[in-house]
Parts: sequence; C-alpha cells; structure tokens
Amino acid sequence: MHWLGRVFEFVGKVGIFSVRVLVDAVQPPFELAQLARQLAEVGNKSVALIVVSGFALGAVMTLHTRNTLVTFGATAMIPAVQALSFFIEIGPLVAALLLAGRVGSGIGAVLANMRASEQIDAIESLSIDSFKFLVIPRVLACVIALPLLTLFMDFSGLLGGFLSEVLASHIAPELYINRAFNNLQWSNFIAPTVKTTVFGFIIGSVSSYFGYTTDKGAQGVKEAATNSVVISSLLIILADVLLIKCIFFLFPDSAI
Amino acid sequence: MSTDRNIAVEFKNVTKAFGEKRVLNDVSFHVEQGQALCLLGRSGTGKSVTLKIIMALMRPDLGEVWVDRDNVVGLGERGLSTVRRKLGYLFQDAALFDSLTLYENLALPLQRLTKKSKSQIDDMTLQVLAEVGLSTDGAKYPSALSGGMRKRAGLARALVLEPKILLADEPSSGLDRITASEIDELLLRRKREHGTSLIVVTHDVHGARRIADRVAVLDKGNLVAFGSVEEVTQSGNDIARRLITE
Repeated sequence: MHWLGRVFEFVGKVGIFSVRVLVDAVQPPFELAQLARQLAEVGNKSVALIVVSGFALGAVMTLHTRNTLVTFGATAMIPAVQALSFFIEIGPLVAALLLAGRVGSGIGAVLANMRASEQIDAIESLSIDSFKFLVIPRVLACVIALPLLTLFMDFSGLLGGFLSEVLASHIAPELYINRAFNNLQWSNFIAPTVKTTVFGFIIGSVSSYFGYTTDKGAQGVKEAATNSVVISSLLIILADVLLIKCIFFLFPDSAI
Repeated sequence: MSTDRNIAVEFKNVTKAFGEKRVLNDVSFHVEQGQALCLLGRSGTGKSVTLKIIMALMRPDLGEVWVDRDNVVGLGERGLSTVRRKLGYLFQDAALFDSLTLYENLALPLQRLTKKSKSQIDDMTLQVLAEVGLSTDGAKYPSALSGGMRKRAGLARALVLEPKILLADEPSSGLDRITASEIDELLLRRKREHGTSLIVVTHDVHGARRIADRVAVLDKGNLVAFGSVEEVTQSGNDIARRLITE
C-alpha cells in the first residue's frame, strides 16, 4: 500500500500548488508582459500543429464514417456526424492532448532547467516572486489559448471532412455547411469549448508543478518533461469524464 | 540584535541540515562593511548554502542571520524584498535567464525594482556592461557567451542595482588563470571604489589571498578557522592551513 500513500501525497501536493495558482492569479502584480510572451509561445506556435492535425483527423474520420454510413444509406448524415463529433468531443479533447504534448513537456522542461541552473533562485534574489513571474503566466496562457486552439481544431477538422467528402461525393459547400450545422445547438458548441479552460489549467499547473518543484538537476529536467505530458494527459481524460457529466447536468439538451 | 553599525553581515550560531546531514553546525562569523570575506573549504562543506541563507533563499534550522540591521530569519516577503535590495548575488554558473538577451538580463531588475525611465535604465545597463568589458555584447543571448563572459555577465547583473553587499559563489571556477584574475580585479575594484562588502566562496587560493580581508574555513559544516590570511595560515587547524597554503 506504499504506492497508494505516494499517490495521495502527489495529489495533495499538486492540489496545494493549484490552489496557490488560483490565489496568486487574481492578486497583483500582474505579469502582463510575461503573459503576452507565454501566449505567443503556447498559442501562436501551436496553431500549425493544431490545424494540420485537425484537418487530417477530419479527413480520416469522414473516410471511416462514409464506409459505415453507406451500408445504411445514410451518407447525408456525414456532415452532421462530423460537426457534432468535432465540436462536442474530438476537437476539445484532441486539442488538449496535443497541447499537453507540445506545451506541457516544454513548460516542465524549461522550469526544471531553470531550477537546476539556479535561474529561479536568481529571480528570487532580485526580489521578484518567481511563482508569479514564471508559473502564473504559463498557466493563464494555457487557460486562454486552449479554447481558441480548440476552435481552430474544430473548424480545420470540419474543413478536412468537407474536402474528403467533396472528393468522394462532389457535395456543394452550402449543402455541407447546412447539413453540418443543422443539428448543432449552441450548447453543443459553447460548453465543450469552455470546458477546455479546465484542460488548459490542468496542463499549465501540472506541468509547472513538475518543473518548478524538481530538485534532481539534469535528471529532473527529463523527468519533469515526461511526467508533465503523461500526468496532464491522464488528468485531462479523467476530467473530461467529470466535465461531460456536469455539462449534461447543466445543459440537458446537449445530451445526444 | 546586531547593533554594530559596521557589520554588513553576521552569522550567529547558524545550523542547517538536509535530512540527517548537517551542512552547517553552529556557525558564527561576521563581515564588516567594505570588507571582503572569502569562504574556503572542501566541496560539500556548506559554503554555497551559507550564501543562500544570507540571501534568504534557504532558511536556517537554528540561529540568526543579520544583513545590515535586519535579521533575515523570520522576515516576511516584504521585509526580505527590502533586504535583498542590499544584496547582489553572482551564482556559480551565472544563472543568466536563457530566454533574455544580456541587455534584458541586466535591465530586468531595474525595470522591476526601480522607477527609472527607459533612458536611465539604458544608461545604467550600458555602464555596468562596460565596467565588466561586455559593452558590445548586450544583444547576445547567454548561450552565445563563453564561460568567462557568462561569469562577467552574471557579475554585471549582480551589480546593476548597486548592492551594498555582493555574494559571489565561486566566481573563478572553470576559468583560466588570466580570466579568473580579471574577475578578481572587478570584485576588488567594486570594493575599493564603491565600498561594497564582499562574501566570496572560492577554491582559488590565489584569488582569496588577493581579495580577502578575512578568511573563513568550513569543514564538515563547522567553522574551523576565521581571521586574516596570515592568521589562518598560522592556525592550528590542518585543513585550514592546507587549504590556504597548498
């Protein structure tokens, strides 16, 4: 049962770290310049990855869906299936997992390297609160950027699906859009997109925790990078289960 | 409380342990204002920990640490911030911020901790860069600097706020004799021209003999010798004598 104790210890430490993030995020001074820098790092540099992945995923999904729906003579449903699946689940979840891979590992590694090379001590020695300077902007950047990146994922997935469908059935753009959005409600779109702020918080705070608190030197950099991705991804999927239940509770109409 | 106005830093019966291992054991010493103290000792004897305790990056388990007229032990964030403004810290590997240029590394504390205008910050930054011989390297990132340049850049950042007390952790480690001598000269000049108190952790006996007004020797967490270079040389402690003479 020793491992169970370690799990609880870890959960407690990450919990305390996350509470500190929430408290410090609303107290001045606000590190706006750092936030802008991190938004560029987290957001701008992830757009290409998200768009290309979404496009490819959309095309592949349409190819698979078409084969199945042809059997039932329901190919007209392809745009609706594509839109619903991307806006409700695939877009938010895949965007979050991609961001955890690209940004989470980066945050963990950078902060761990700063710890190992005494850069965090140097910040403290200059009377600058290293937690507010390094951690808060990274977490906020993830929270702000992920919903926007999710929109890129949603629409690029829809575009990939549309192009795949055009090649297969020469469907007109107007008809595809009409069929795609006909069955979509605002609650199918807004709630799943907003829930990615929680995924962003998980990526930012978990990755920052591993990087900021390491004390193992160079080995700690490797561990922080790996653990950031693994634990963030795991927590995102677990949180998704809970959030879906919450969304169904708050927006019963969105349950399909 | 330390009432002697000439004391810049004073350690009073400081003990610090990491788990079972005591790295400092009831250590007491002081540094007078405008004087230089060199901390000598074998690796792992608590020298860097001593500097970090003075800077309040670590807290001692027991004892008092006076910086100027403040006991840093037990001070809150606001009090620590005031004390840290009096201190400059040259880290062992310079600890420059990788994502910032050399100029930005130096300008950051001025932007954050002073109300100086941009032109004043530019002037001060360029002046300190010139002082350490890096006036043409401000646009470079730390990764583009050599070991000696990084040390000088770290020293420049430590000096940019014009601290009353400078803490330097092995300023000459990994450097050739000539570059190490240049760093020593920069430290000495700061002491002579600005009256800055120095606390220097070093393994470089030549440098220590050149810089130090006093020498403290740590061994296994204990202060085994403290005094002028001559006094430590004639000390009865074998480790201290060997460190300063060999």
